[in-house]
Amino acid sequence: MNVIEVNKLTKYYGKAKGIDGVSFAVDEGEIFGFIGPNGAGKSTTIRLFLSLIYPTSGEAKIFGKDCIKYGPEIRRDIGYLPSEVFYYEGMKVIDLLNYSASFYDKDCSRRIAELADIMELDLKRKINDLSYGNKKKVGIVQGLLHQPKLIVLDEPTSGLDPLIQRKFFDLIRDENARGATVFFSSHILGEVQKMCNRVAIIKDGGIINIQDIKTLQKDNYKRIVVEGADLDEGRFNLDGVTNLERENGAIRFYYKGDINKLMRLISESEVSDVTIEEPTLEEIFMHYYE
Amino acid sequence: MNIYKHEFKMSIKSVVIWSIAVAMLILVFMAIFSAIAPQAALLNEAMAQMPPELLMAFGMTGMDLATVLGFYGLAFTFIQICIALQAANYGFSLVSVEETDMTADFLLAKPISRPRILTDKLLSAITGLTITNLVVWITSLVLVNVYAGGQPFDTRTLLLLLLSIAVFQLVFLTVGMLISLLVKRVRNVIAFSMALVFGMYVLSAFGSMLGDDKLDVITPFKHFDPNYIISHGAYDLPMVLISVAFILISVVGSYRLYTRRNIQTAM
Repeated sequence: MNVIEVNKLTKYYGKAKGIDGVSFAVDEGEIFGFIGPNGAGKSTTIRLFLSLIYPTSGEAKIFGKDCIKYGPEIRRDIGYLPSEVFYYEGMKVIDLLNYSASFYDKDCSRRIAELADIMELDLKRKINDLSYGNKKKVGIVQGLLHQPKLIVLDEPTSGLDPLIQRKFFDLIRDENARGATVFFSSHILGEVQKMCNRVAIIKDGGIINIQDIKTLQKDNYKRIVVEGADLDEGRFNLDGVTNLERENGAIRFYYKGDINKLMRLISESEVSDVTIEEPTLEEIFMHYYE
Repeated sequence: MNIYKHEFKMSIKSVVIWSIAVAMLILVFMAIFSAIAPQAALLNEAMAQMPPELLMAFGMTGMDLATVLGFYGLAFTFIQICIALQAANYGFSLVSVEETDMTADFLLAKPISRPRILTDKLLSAITGLTITNLVVWITSLVLVNVYAGGQPFDTRTLLLLLLSIAVFQLVFLTVGMLISLLVKRVRNVIAFSMALVFGMYVLSAFGSMLGDDKLDVITPFKHFDPNYIISHGAYDLPMVLISVAFILISVVGSYRLYTRRNIQTAM
């Protein structure tokens, strides 16, 4: 079953483009990555899911139901972590979380305590007094306390220190194992790479590519470093080689094509070291943005 | 009802402060009255010396400041300004505060419809305003009776004045709300409400000075002119109905605009 189904979704703010003709689907139980630079349309897409804004054309369905028509019903099972931190003037953390919980027809007090414990969040402090990172934690707990079936994360990790980030990722993995679908928007590719099954790349309001993380890495480029005393870099300039460069006696390049060809080429040369690696998502990503 | 409760808790401090301020205002005016009442005839003479345009501008023509009700009528103009400012503040901030504080993304992502949110918020604001209204009622009734000093006055007229407050509050609350939804963003609530309230007050003053009836139609200060109510012992009914129409249009318009609104982000 598709938890999210987006069909030619378009949003213009007056004349300014938010997104244009975005279509994709997220399967139940997936951790779906949504990457793109700032201003590419990530938040616009998410805000359309929650009917915070209304589409110019096209539609988005969540749990098979139209986002606008069945908004309140759908949102019962969505947990949303906004990218911006927020607070109500003068409110304590626990008050805000209880307020958040009061919108759902279940007792969330135990879950609040658990989540606060995991995220090391002091419930008695005033939200105004919290640091940016701690406010972010309030947002996380607030988004997860009702055990949603769909978790929507908009740049969730900015401001979190690495230790808490790891706990947060573990938490999201646990929720996913429990059966929650996760929609993970980010411009940090490393974290998407670690977390997600599939990833959609968005640029200038349009989806460029949707791929399995593994195929994205496998089918594309290899990063190759060849080291040796008298290497002629021109020899490696064959079809499928890009970004060929020489640095301190090492030749580096990306290669896409028949790996045997390359192996033969390397074996003909006198080399001291060879490295063949999967490129990181960052590097693949750079390719899409060139 | 959870939003209602939450909103009310958030606003209670402001309600208390406004209520105390208005009560103090009434106290000061009535204390002044008790001090000058013995020489009130002189005061009326002094007023007669002033240019009539000035008196008109302040809505003080034909007010007998020697009587407790006449003096209370003068105080009531200032009460109205305070009440209007409070109501307009609540109206302008009602929905806009969620966007400036970025809590809209929190609230609107909850399983609740926008009309429900607006209804709860509106009811909460009305509750707050009603508390202030009650405080005005109690302080006015008590202090007018205390400082009347045995002077007889028409209680019915006083009640008419007090009864007008609720509608007056609703006008500024709902018009403020409507305007906040018509603009893209309310950056400064105080600036908006000052502009609305003093704008309306100045219109009312100009209307009186120029004797222009057309301006009277727009401004609630004229719809509930204390001078008129005291001298006629009744409301200017067609004018009151204009205020009621303002309220209805603003409420209907606000619901329509809010349910279709694209919620702004901080950027």
